[in-house]
Amino acid sequence: MRLHEYQAKQVFADAGVPTPASQLATTVDEAVDAAEEIGYPVAIKAQVHVGGRGKAGGIKLVENKEEAEEAADAILGMDLKGYHVSKVLVEEAVDFVNELYVGVTMDRGEGEPVAMVSTKGGVNIEEVAEENPDAIAREHIDPAFGMHPFQARKVVYEAGVDRDVANDVASVLTTLYQLWDDRDGSDVEVNPLMITSDDEVIAADAVMNIDDDALFRQPEIAEMGEEAAEGDELEQKADEYGFDYVRLDGNVGIIGNGAGLVMTTLDLVDYYGGEPANFLDVGGGAKADRIANALDMVFSDDNVDSVVFNIFGGITRGDEVANGINQALEQFDEIPKPVTVRLAGTNAEEGMEILNEDLVTVEHTLEDAVQRAVEYAKEVEA
Amino acid sequence: MSVLVDEDTRVVVQGITGGEGKFHTEQMLEYGTNVVAGAVPGRGGQEVAGVPVYDTVQQAAREEDANASVVFVPPAFSADACFEALDAKGIDLVVAITEGIPTQDMARVYRKQQETDTHLVGPNCPGVITPGVAKLGILPGNIFSEGNVGLVSRSGTLTYQVVDNLTDRGLGQTTAIGIGGDPIIGTDFIDALELFEADPDTHAVVMCGEIGGEDEEEAARFIGQNMDTPVAGFIAGRTAPPGKRMGHAGAIVSGSGTGTAESKITALENNGVPVGDTPEEVADHIEDLL
Repeated sequence: MRLHEYQAKQVFADAGVPTPASQLATTVDEAVDAAEEIGYPVAIKAQVHVGGRGKAGGIKLVENKEEAEEAADAILGMDLKGYHVSKVLVEEAVDFVNELYVGVTMDRGEGEPVAMVSTKGGVNIEEVAEENPDAIAREHIDPAFGMHPFQARKVVYEAGVDRDVANDVASVLTTLYQLWDDRDGSDVEVNPLMITSDDEVIAADAVMNIDDDALFRQPEIAEMGEEAAEGDELEQKADEYGFDYVRLDGNVGIIGNGAGLVMTTLDLVDYYGGEPANFLDVGGGAKADRIANALDMVFSDDNVDSVVFNIFGGITRGDEVANGINQALEQFDEIPKPVTVRLAGTNAEEGMEILNEDLVTVEHTLEDAVQRAVEYAKEVEA
Repeated sequence: MSVLVDEDTRVVVQGITGGEGKFHTEQMLEYGTNVVAGAVPGRGGQEVAGVPVYDTVQQAAREEDANASVVFVPPAFSADACFEALDAKGIDLVVAITEGIPTQDMARVYRKQQETDTHLVGPNCPGVITPGVAKLGILPGNIFSEGNVGLVSRSGTLTYQVVDNLTDRGLGQTTAIGIGGDPIIGTDFIDALELFEADPDTHAVVMCGEIGGEDEEEAARFIGQNMDTPVAGFIAGRTAPPGKRMGHAGAIVSGSGTGTAESKITALENNGVPVGDTPEEVADHIEDLL
């Protein structure tokens, strides 16, 4: 789960990381009042989860009231790479001499967190990692000990940060690690961390991504996440239902269990000449009501012309799935979109007996089920 | 012969009194697995499916000679359950089935495991099965058959799919290992491939990977350099849209274009591993390799 910049900055500020003066605004009047109060120049920043906000016109630097009004009016309500902007952060513009990158993330290959510092801040850090990996200093942290103070200093000096500000940068990094650790972070970063001519260190942006699997013990963050929720309607609905869901451009709706098998089903739809409309993983052990919810999701996608269910039961039981499918379909006078079902594994035999073949097409292999669903989609198209 | 699980495997189920724990204990017993004990704090002295329950894993290991644990404990308590199993004397295999364990918890478990000689499989995995002998986990036993193909996979249900295709052709399995789909797991591809390479009865191996991370690329290099046993591969996620699942974090750390299906398929093929376009094609490749 990803917090908005304004939320992450609040968390950072509460933990003692220096941040610029700022206020959140949802209307042009609020934005102008905030700008007047903070004092010019200020930056007006769209609060959406979009990379390259500045280039896309989502961040504007303003010098006076007229400009503030104009910028807030342009940004509020704008569509930024598909995301509607409903909030802006009005923030003191910091006069800097240097920009650093400071962050903590999980290195899945090593199974350990890694602290990173670079003097190439203020630009896309993935590009730096790609083109000039040596420009990022890295220090792995033993999760049983946490970050030793020397490790923060070590990585800061390895990165080539000026001695005059090294202690302050190390202190920001130490705080970021603490937050990462305490709040179940997956990525916690500041880019850029600005260095002013007076050797002050200020977090001009803030990223805080939290491990979804840990939200049960991070109630405050989970609450902020609800406020941060965005994306298209179906993706939000999937969040409510607790499904792993990704919407694509095709017309074959796909429901399955287990990420690998669902991805394989998408790949096969493509392989057999169809176009996948979505990735929907109902997860392990899905019961009847969950299956009905999944079907409801895929039916409510207007692009979908045909649906394929591919369930290979281990922890998920075929009879539960079959009951869910029947239950969901029996409420329709007419089935909105043809549904092809393939059940295998735990209780699959029982499931296939339960399935109402007046409502669904039953296939016995993955390949057959996918080809059938692709055919149905093509018939509807034609 | 087989790897990890054989006739001498004696299982303690952690979380045996829960719904999933009980259901799958019954399934494991029905398959012929030697489930000798359950471990649930405060439930010592009870019985589930005829299996005695102990309060701690150590008691189960001591009283029933359990040497392997299967973890069916809810996510919030799973890391502690893994620590308990890794700590217990006599337990040399821990299979963590639970999905949804916080990643930071697993980082600590992984570090503890590195200090021991105990194998950890999972979490978020279907388990390990040696067909005809025993299964530890939730894999549907009826689709497996005895034979000479080893299988290692990051995805549970994809494993079942590929096994189903193998079994249909009469291509049985020595052992199948579901290593799990989480970012941090115990046994990885290379660990599993090493076990299969050392097993004289495993004549070919299927490796099923998926997008994300770079374990498949590393495993491909390992196969090219260290394995005589032939391997066929499958990679899920060719049509996955970029950026949707690929963490920004992994990209920074690796600093290269790995993690895509294309990168993994190329790495495997460059190391002599044929990759199937469909699960069915994987079975074709195995037939050719045997």
